[in-house]
Amino acid sequence: MSERLAISKPVKAACGKTGTWRTFRPVVDREQCNACGLCAMYCPDGCIDDDQNIDLEFCKGCGICANECPKKAIEMVREED
Amino acid sequence: MANIPQEEYIFKTTSACAGCSSSLCLRHILKAAGPDSVLVVPACCTSVIQGIYPNTAFNIPVYNVAFAAAAAVASGMSTALRAAGRKTNVICYAGDGGTVDIGIQALSGALERGTDFLYICYDNEAYSNTGMQRSGGTPLGAATTTTPGGKTEGKKDLDLIVEAHDPPYMATACSAYPIDLYKKVEKALSIEGPTFIHILAPCPPGWRYPADKTVEMGKLAVRTGMWILYEREHGQLSISGPSKNAMRKPLPIEEYLEKQGRFKNIDQRSITVLQQQVERHMARIAREAEGIC
Ligand SMILES: Cc1ncc(C[n+]2csc(CCOP(=O)(O)OP(=O)(O)O)c2C)c(N)n1
Ligand code: SF4
Ligand code: SF4
Ligand code: SF4
Ligand SMILES: [Mg+2]
Repeated sequence: MSERLAISKPVKAACGKTGTWRTFRPVVDREQCNACGLCAMYCPDGCIDDDQNIDLEFCKGCGICANECPKKAIEMVREED
Repeated sequence: MANIPQEEYIFKTTSACAGCSSSLCLRHILKAAGPDSVLVVPACCTSVIQGIYPNTAFNIPVYNVAFAAAAAVASGMSTALRAAGRKTNVICYAGDGGTVDIGIQALSGALERGTDFLYICYDNEAYSNTGMQRSGGTPLGAATTTTPGGKTEGKKDLDLIVEAHDPPYMATACSAYPIDLYKKVEKALSIEGPTFIHILAPCPPGWRYPADKTVEMGKLAVRTGMWILYEREHGQLSISGPSKNAMRKPLPIEEYLEKQGRFKNIDQRSITVLQQQVERHMARIAREAEGIC
C-alpha cells in the first residue's frame, strides 16, 4: 500500500537555491541595528537568524526586512551579474 | 522575538513568490502548532510551493487533497487520531477559493459535526495559484484576470457563515501581525472542537504591489478598517489590540486602495460603497464587543 502513495521527504533546498532569484540583496548596517528582531520575524522564508545574519543562498530579495526595519538599518543593494 | 519559538518547520525554502505573506503566516502557524501536527492542504498555492516530488520543504506531515475536500478529510483524520488516543493537531490550511467557494460545504459539515480540528483560511482574495481569477473572497472593485474591469460583486462574508455554526473559537488575523496570529493559533489549538481562523494574506503579484510592501499592506488593511482583527471565544467577542487602536480613528480606505494595482481603475461609487461597508462592519463589531447585540 505505502509504495503506491506518493510521499515526499523533507529536505533543504526542495525548491532549489532561491537566492538566485534575487535582483537586490539585503545588507545590514551593524552600526544602526539595535537587534530588535523584527526583520527575522517578518522574513517570509526564515532567512534571517537571531544575529541578523542573512542566508543569501536562499534569501529571495523581497525587501520586506528592509521595509520593516525601524532603524532603517537594512539596505537593498543591486546584485552584480 | 522572545516568546516565539526558534524552531522552523519549513526548510529553506519553498517556491512561494518573494514577499508571499501566506508563507510568513505558515511559518508562525507551525511554530505555534509544533511538531505533533498534520496539515491538510487542498489545491492552492500552498500545495505547489512545497517542492517537487519526492522532495518537500515542509518538515511536518502534510496531506495534499482535492480542492473541495479539506475539511472532510480533516474530519476523518481527526476522528481516527482521537480513536487511537492521539492528540495530534489537525489543521486545514486552505485558500479563499478552497474555502468560501469550493470547500464551503465540507467546512460547514465539519463545523456542524463538531470535528476537533483547526480550519485556517488564508485569504489572498483570488485564485492566485492558477493566475489570479476572481473568487467569492475578491472585494468589490478589484481587478483580477477574470474581472479586468473590477469585480462588480462584493466579498462574501465568510466569518458570518462560520459564526452561524457557533464554533467554540473563531478569529481573524493578518500576516502583518505574526505575534497576534501566533497567539490565536495557540489558543485555537488549546480548545476542543472545531476552531477557525481567517487570515488576510496580501499577495504581491495578485494585488499588484511591490513585494517589499507585504507587511505594510496588511497594516493598512487593519488601519483603514478594511480588515478587523478579533476573536470570538464561546460567543464572547473581543477586538484585538491593533484593530482597537485603528477603530478609534480609522484611515480613509483610499490609503489602502491606492497602493494596489488591482484597484487602479476603481470608480468613486465603488469606493463609497466599500467605505460604507467598512463603517457598518466596524460599528457591528464594536456593538458586539460591548455586548449590545
Ligand atoms: C476541482 C478543481 N478545480 C480547479 C483546480 C485548479 N486549481 C488549483 S489551485 C486553484 C486556485 C486556488 O485558489 P485559492 O483556494 O484561493 O488558493 P490560492 O491559490 O489563492 O493560494 C485552482 C483553481 C483544481 N485543482 N481542482
Ligand atoms: S529590524 Fe533592523 S534594527 Fe531590528 S534587528 Fe533587524 S536590522 Fe536590526
Ligand atoms: S529580502 Fe526578503 S527573503 Fe531576503 S532576508 Fe529580507 S525578508 Fe527575507
Ligand atoms: S501567488 Fe500570492 S499567495 Fe501564491 S505564492 Fe505567490 S505571493 Fe504567495
Ligand atoms: Mg486565494
